[in-house]
Amino acid sequence: MRSIFKTGAAALAATTMLAGAAHADAHAALSGTLRIVSDMSNPGPRATMEMLAAEFDEMHPDLEVDLTIVDREAWKTQIRNVLSADPPDVVNWYAANRMGPYVNAGLFMDITDWWDAGDYAGLESVRGALTQDGRQWGVPYTYYQWGVYYREDIFNELGLSEPATWEEELANCQVIVDSGRACYTIGTRFLWTAGGWFDYLNMRTNGFDFHMELARGEVPWTDDRVRQTFANWRQLIDMGGFIADHQNYSWQEALPFMINGEATAYLMGNFAVDQLRNGGLTDDQLDFYQFPIITEGLPQGEDAPTDTFHVASGAQNVEAARAFLAYVTSPEVQTRINGPDNLGQLPVNANSSVADDEFLQQGFAMLSQNAQGGIAQFFDRDWPAEMASIGMEGLQEFMVFPDNLDDILERLEAARQRIY
Amino acid sequence: MSSSTTPALPMHEIRAEATWLQRNKMIVTPLLFLLPGMLFFAVYVIFPIFQSFGISLYRWDGLGEATYIGLANYEELLTDRNFEISLVNNVKWLVLYLLAIPLGLFIALFLNQTVVGIRLYKSLFFFPFVLSQVVVGLVFSWFYLPREGLLNTIIMGLGFDSLNILGDPTLATYGIIAAGLWPQTAYCMILYLTGLNAVDPEQVEAGRLDGAKGWKMLWYVILPQLKPATFIAFVVTIIGALRSFDLISIMTNGGPFGSTRVLSFYMFERALSEFGFRMGYGSAIAVVLFLIMLVFIGYFLWQMWRDERDARRG
Repeated sequence: MRSIFKTGAAALAATTMLAGAAHADAHAALSGTLRIVSDMSNPGPRATMEMLAAEFDEMHPDLEVDLTIVDREAWKTQIRNVLSADPPDVVNWYAANRMGPYVNAGLFMDITDWWDAGDYAGLESVRGALTQDGRQWGVPYTYYQWGVYYREDIFNELGLSEPATWEEELANCQVIVDSGRACYTIGTRFLWTAGGWFDYLNMRTNGFDFHMELARGEVPWTDDRVRQTFANWRQLIDMGGFIADHQNYSWQEALPFMINGEATAYLMGNFAVDQLRNGGLTDDQLDFYQFPIITEGLPQGEDAPTDTFHVASGAQNVEAARAFLAYVTSPEVQTRINGPDNLGQLPVNANSSVADDEFLQQGFAMLSQNAQGGIAQFFDRDWPAEMASIGMEGLQEFMVFPDNLDDILERLEAARQRIY
Repeated sequence: MSSSTTPALPMHEIRAEATWLQRNKMIVTPLLFLLPGMLFFAVYVIFPIFQSFGISLYRWDGLGEATYIGLANYEELLTDRNFEISLVNNVKWLVLYLLAIPLGLFIALFLNQTVVGIRLYKSLFFFPFVLSQVVVGLVFSWFYLPREGLLNTIIMGLGFDSLNILGDPTLATYGIIAAGLWPQTAYCMILYLTGLNAVDPEQVEAGRLDGAKGWKMLWYVILPQLKPATFIAFVVTIIGALRSFDLISIMTNGGPFGSTRVLSFYMFERALSEFGFRMGYGSAIAVVLFLIMLVFIGYFLWQMWRDERDARRG
């Protein structure tokens, strides 16, 4: 613990040096209380957050860090009240459009100056996700790739290889279905998992730029290109590619289908790996591939949701909050908190190193080399909140009753015209 | 006070000197006792009702500035299909939930006998009402599970196709109502059991002498005496049906694709949930729900007022 703490302090000192000497003085004299409300409530992330708070507390003798951890799902509805009633100094949230309501309401502090001052060296590539109206409203602390996690052993048994194109994908799936399995497990009870499928199918069918135009409400949902996305999706649905009754399951409840071998793959974020391993799958049985190409020649876009820290505009201890954000995003801390013992995800700082993990390495390589189209956040973060909730409901309905497509698209289009 | 310092004064003069407070204490004392309750009721119930009416005329995300938009939220409700689904579901709940009353009566009549261990049977029947709605919801959603659930094991054992009740938009609401009926029936049962204790044995005896038995005895002798219990059972069941929120949230979360929403759940989704930023629209839904409730509340109050008036006359 002590040695970790020392290296942590050293790394912080290094970044503050970079940030400017004038600023370093302020760090030494931090005092009072730093109030943090975090949504990192799952066991692993919780330990990481508690470690961060404890270390930061130790580094600043006169400063007391007061950490409150709120259940991750509950936080999504509580953040409004917390920010407007009794704002803490630092809170967790999500990047991109998800920030919108709080930025517009003036509840997140504009920290563009801190970005400009060089507090966050190595984070240039992710600055865009924290930008709204040309200003920055927070810092990222972790992100993760999405993609297809599959049962390598079943693929080997059936003589399949990772598909690179849609034709190969469909051919693979036919073999899997013929063997009495489903190609994909999915649990759409809480809707967002269907959003992941739409993201990928639409980015691969029509490209990242079109996907973002749709997210910004610039293209009607009844557009033929959108219909093409759904037509591709329907090919998989009609051949029995997805498990039955997925509308009953949460994403965790859909995991056993893959663990038991009733389904061979899962389009998911990297956080699923931990659960699959806990479920008894070894790394020999599990592997990962990038979502296959559908339209030739389109640069691939990828989903890589980013989780963030923000300073409340009502923060009492702004100096300490600033130091904490710099600390969390520094290369050494980034390497450590995203390592396999902690979050097991990708560090946001370019100067950090990615953990020696099969999936993180593949994901990192994919995002840095093979995502020229662009990086999207996720359906429920790129679309405005209301459109996202109506949209995902439609996507779930489509997966169960593909014949309702016209009705669904007209409903989404009506919502688009009202919301934007 | 004057009475203690001037004890020599005659009685009637003391009375004349009594303060306003002393003279009116028969009115003031109950008012003082009522005051805290009335204050809380006004602040937490009456005031929010009017506030909801107010907010429903605005477009407001709950954070920033509110814009006055008149009745636009209500106009949107008229064309909102999800609102229509929620309203229809509310009606289904209201009608089917009332089944709890005859079911409860039947079980109560069945249990209203003296055999060994009847207390144990009564408490077993009452048991579901003690359970939290969340537990009831979870138990039923496992019961309904499409492959592993007990229900499907039974119907597949009988040679029928498996049913995915909570995943089928046409069946899901009925599945949830059935789950809700379980504790609600127990509640009505306990109301009727207490009611049955108060049934006058002399009247039963007299009925029997006149040759009444079976259904006639139940209909003409027992049920009229159970009227107070029936009224309370009706009240709690209607209220229970209108506030059906937790079961829906636990069992289907409003899905599949919004087919099991009721007004209260839809209001929560639009105004307060993860993606809900429409306080005005949510308030408009709440106002509609309130108006529906008002019909019943009005009836209940009128009924109670009438009963009390009759009681005073009698």
